[in-house]
Amino acid sequence: MWKFLLPFAAFVALVVLFAFGLNPKRDIHALPSPLIGKPAPEFALSDVIDPSSVVNNSTLKGQVYVLNVWGTWCAECRVEHETLLAIAQQHVVPIIGIDWSIDHGPGERDKAKLWLERLGNPYSQVAFDREGRTVIDWGVYAAPETFLVDRDGKVIFKFISPMTQEVWEKEFLPRIAAAGKGA
Amino acid sequence: MSRRSQARWLALALVVSGVGAVSAVGGVFAEPVATALDAHGQLADPALQARFERIAKELRCLVCQNESIADSNADLARDLRRQVREMLVAGKSDDAIFAFMTDRYGEFVRFAPPLTPKTALIWGAPFAMLLLGGTIVYRVARQRSRMPLDE
Repeated sequence: MWKFLLPFAAFVALVVLFAFGLNPKRDIHALPSPLIGKPAPEFALSDVIDPSSVVNNSTLKGQVYVLNVWGTWCAECRVEHETLLAIAQQHVVPIIGIDWSIDHGPGERDKAKLWLERLGNPYSQVAFDREGRTVIDWGVYAAPETFLVDRDGKVIFKFISPMTQEVWEKEFLPRIAAAGKGA
Repeated sequence: MSRRSQARWLALALVVSGVGAVSAVGGVFAEPVATALDAHGQLADPALQARFERIAKELRCLVCQNESIADSNADLARDLRRQVREMLVAGKSDDAIFAFMTDRYGEFVRFAPPLTPKTALIWGAPFAMLLLGGTIVYRVARQRSRMPLDE
């Protein structure tokens, strides 16, 4: 009896394991963020477009906002740009951008400015993370990454990979509605 | 049990315990091959440098998930090495540095997560497999030694 039952049980266990592990819809590189449910890391960085002004996310307390980490070196960010523009057109919540200077050079700022001038600017404010420190505070490892922050300044959702209309409607809008939108 | 089925069991047991042994030993003594540690130069204090190298080997580069930040040339790995270095110079403990990383990137950022009820299976599985395989080998071998020779 055991002789048959044991291999069969092992077989079933493997099928279950593979069904889960090899599921093509599961992105093995997408990791759950430990920030979910925690206060959004604060930052005060200079504005990409106007270097003399500061983008400080603590001034956004009391309203729901989207935070999008991108860079001009990031091809996938180019892919999602049109979607971000369309989302910004809806005026649901402000989109804050963090321009990630991956080589720590000042050149990224000029490229980012040019990018926004040529392609359009979906952001209400864009912060310039020249040192890549704010990005680490937010646990970012693969731009583009998009976060949703609620009125209490808590991170409630994170999405890795280019934003799409579908993701916006299915993942973001319901959460924004539940969070009671903005101020 | 016939000799042939015994031989099959024995083969299976050897494979199981072999996998267990390799992963147990590999997990404990793994040494990375390449290294990208020198990108920012050495720390002046050799003790700090040694701690730095040990910590950097312990942290996963999330861009290229099977490399440590000590091995990876990714830009993010370089920035995380900078972070570790700065925290060491500021007198932070190893635990504080690991906590900094897991607070931001989750437990996955550590190659050897601390032994907790949640990670007990990861740590225990190789030894459990080794034990299981060993037990099967032992029992089959004993049974065989008691058997009369066929021919």
